[in-house]
Amino acid sequence: MSENSKSSPLKMYFGIWAALLLGTFITYKVAFIDLGRFNAAVALIIATIKALLVALFFMHIKGAHEKLLKLVVISTVFFLFILLILSMADYGTRTWS
Amino acid sequence: MPDSTLVGLHHEEEHHPELLHHFADAQQQRDSASLGMWIFLGTEIMFFGGLFCAYLIYRRWYFGDFGAASKSINALLGATNTAVLICSSLTVVFAVWAAQTARRRLLIGSLVITMLLGLTFLGIKGVEYKEKFEEHHVPGPSFSFDHVPIPGHPDQYANPRHAQIFFSLYFIMTGLHALHMIIGLGLFAWLLFMAWKGRFTPEYHTPIEIGGLYWHFVDIVWIYLFPLLYLIDRHP
Repeated sequence: MSENSKSSPLKMYFGIWAALLLGTFITYKVAFIDLGRFNAAVALIIATIKALLVALFFMHIKGAHEKLLKLVVISTVFFLFILLILSMADYGTRTWS
Repeated sequence: MPDSTLVGLHHEEEHHPELLHHFADAQQQRDSASLGMWIFLGTEIMFFGGLFCAYLIYRRWYFGDFGAASKSINALLGATNTAVLICSSLTVVFAVWAAQTARRRLLIGSLVITMLLGLTFLGIKGVEYKEKFEEHHVPGPSFSFDHVPIPGHPDQYANPRHAQIFFSLYFIMTGLHALHMIIGLGLFAWLLFMAWKGRFTPEYHTPIEIGGLYWHFVDIVWIYLFPLLYLIDRHP
């Protein structure tokens, strides 16, 4: 569905693939280094970068003809954040245990 | 008026046989199919989102117990499976490109390799589950997680009841993900059969594209499951 379908996108696909493997390797290695509370943050940031790479380039969100598609994706992420952030704003701030 | 209707009908008959009459052209038909698939994936994201939310709440409550339980899972198998899924995503984009550019052999080869990688993933998953069964880490009457120290607190043991919640989430989340993989393998077997029969052309390859979106989505779910279930509190 990419607009420049004449030129071969295979090189770009291999690049994304290599970046995803590198991200997996870094996630695995960093998990064994003590970063205190930042271990989870680093792991989730790398996971999000990987997910974005897959969504934008492998799932062709970047360069999609249909503009409604981007609206659907963004609103899905928005509702997911409502679910996660509002829930954690409640459970995360309860001081009793 | 009757004349123009006849002309219209005649014009439509010349279209590609897979182009349905309520679409203006093949491009619009493909875009509509992708949009529908993305709406379905949106419901899937919310579906898995509920489980991720449960995970976050319990991880906060039973922080150390979750760390101890996560440490008992084989992280190297999880990392290998991540790499296997990433490779399968690459072969899926190859399949979509091959369908767009009418490369039948590349299309069939990519679909076959994708399915082999999917089966490899499930095989490794099976090895991992077997380890958990042997260690009595499967929630239920025979569950046992006694005298496992909490990471960072060698003098404290994890509460087995809290660790059991981690393993419940582990089996539900990875199990649902594995179920999605099995469904994906079924879809790809059908795509392979259609590709073998030569049904896909540069004008019509919507099933390959839609199946690919599904496969990539399952990959993204795993990208998050891997650090959250396998890699928490690993450092010494």
